[in-house]
Amino acid sequence: MRTKDLSYWLFLAPVLLALTLVVIVPMLLGVYYSFTTWNGIDTGEFVGFQNYIDLFKDERFLDSLWFTTKFSIVSVILINIIGLSLALLVTGRVRSSKLLRTTFFMPNLIGGLILGFIWQFIFIKVFASVGEIIGMESLQGWLSTTDTGFWGLVILMSWQMAGYIMVIYIAYLEGMPKELLEASEIDGASTFQRFRYIVFPLVAPAFTVSMFLTLSNSFKLYDQNLSLTGGGPYNSTEMVAMEIFKTAFTQNAFAYAQAKAVIFFVIVAIIALVQVYLNKRKEVEM
Amino acid sequence: MKKKWDIKLEVFGGLLALLWLAPFYLMFVNSFKSKKEIFMDTISLPEQWSFDNYITAFEELDFMRTLFNSLLITVVSVVLIIVFSAMAAYALSRAKSRLSTVLFFTFVAAMLIPFQSVMIPLVTVFGQFEMLNRGGLIFMYLGFGASLSIFLYHGALNNVPRSLDEAATIDGANRWQVFWHIIFPILKPITVTVAILNIIWIWNDYLLPSLVINTPGSETIPLKMFFFFGEYTKQWHLALAGLTLAIVPVIIFYFFAQREIIKGVSDGAVK
Repeated sequence: MRTKDLSYWLFLAPVLLALTLVVIVPMLLGVYYSFTTWNGIDTGEFVGFQNYIDLFKDERFLDSLWFTTKFSIVSVILINIIGLSLALLVTGRVRSSKLLRTTFFMPNLIGGLILGFIWQFIFIKVFASVGEIIGMESLQGWLSTTDTGFWGLVILMSWQMAGYIMVIYIAYLEGMPKELLEASEIDGASTFQRFRYIVFPLVAPAFTVSMFLTLSNSFKLYDQNLSLTGGGPYNSTEMVAMEIFKTAFTQNAFAYAQAKAVIFFVIVAIIALVQVYLNKRKEVEM
Repeated sequence: MKKKWDIKLEVFGGLLALLWLAPFYLMFVNSFKSKKEIFMDTISLPEQWSFDNYITAFEELDFMRTLFNSLLITVVSVVLIIVFSAMAAYALSRAKSRLSTVLFFTFVAAMLIPFQSVMIPLVTVFGQFEMLNRGGLIFMYLGFGASLSIFLYHGALNNVPRSLDEAATIDGANRWQVFWHIIFPILKPITVTVAILNIIWIWNDYLLPSLVINTPGSETIPLKMFFFFGEYTKQWHLALAGLTLAIVPVIIFYFFAQREIIKGVSDGAVK
């Protein structure tokens, strides 16, 4: 097949059309609109960087950005620690390995919106009754303060995503040459030494992949945020994705919301490119 | 090599699994209780296993229709993504040129764009063309799903020798026949991966349908669940029955395809 052939273009046509109309055109239009006073119908007038200047003074937006960053850092660390631990557990000396994998992975099949509702029940109702039984005041009214709302989101996200990350670590752990581990065991290496000097360097590539996935998923979180806390109390647990949505569709500030969306894209793209760069550098070393 | 068995690790794993399942247990047992019983006790089993909550939730969710909508949108979208992404990846992998490289990287780069960055223009543009309906939604899923699928198919196609194409062409097959009769069947393992990754995402998607679907009766499960939950926020017995109903199809799917699902997710992430 050559690029001049008609068949080449026929094979490509459906996805090219879909990608262009669904991603490329809206992206370009969006960048253009972010420099205007667009209201969803009329383009309005060209205002240059005004929307961008405004958003850096917008406390609600900056708060959501900061909240999202904090959330993402904590989630990435926790999810990777839990995910790797689960992977080591199920590739270890257990017979119920398959059943355990199936269990830990299960939350990932269910949508974030539904998981958020389930956990809303747990944080509000179950935590309250457990708190009453064991006499812990601090378990009352979860999700009604900023701090507990933050940890509620972290717990939900870790519980959901650890199983996904586990699957990625398992793939690398199982591809590890068994002879190395056996030899080190015969040579008298402790469990910690084996992990530190053999397992850890060999799963390092998995770390890059899972870090990228957890970081971008945490940063773009919307459904769980919506169903667990709805951004409350007083918008204090509102993450960037939700803030952009509300600016656009609740306040009808389309151009302004679009400027926020462009900044959001820039941040996500930088995160991704830094990851790719670090990944490449590591590959060269190995 | 025979693995030694570690009973402590086994017990620890079991306890951890129970902890992992606790949210589902709590949802399930409380979905059979009355409003008052949930208020009194959220931990123990219900005094009576009453299906009243389920009957109400089933009707209010218009469950059979909602389930059908989700199935329809997911199946049609995933089939289109598979067919068109495989075809596109085939063209890109067989016609090696600068153009193919540019197109391939355009598709891959599109994965970087978060949905929120295109969401507002997307909805307004499709709105102007009266495409905010199920057809439009399926077309959007094709656009958003194509990138990863083409990436995965492209990787797999590079391992399919070109001599196969040539042999079939000499035997008189045209492009279309070569692809569907020779190449596509070889791609079956990666097709399973592509299908699973897209099914999980599209089935569970809430945000896009919430923006695109606005006719009553064509809601998907997450969309209907959002409205249902809003109505019954203070009535946990009904809300929980609805949530349980909503996840039953997924659990059934998982029960039958767990091996493929876990393998598909792992292949998708590693490749």
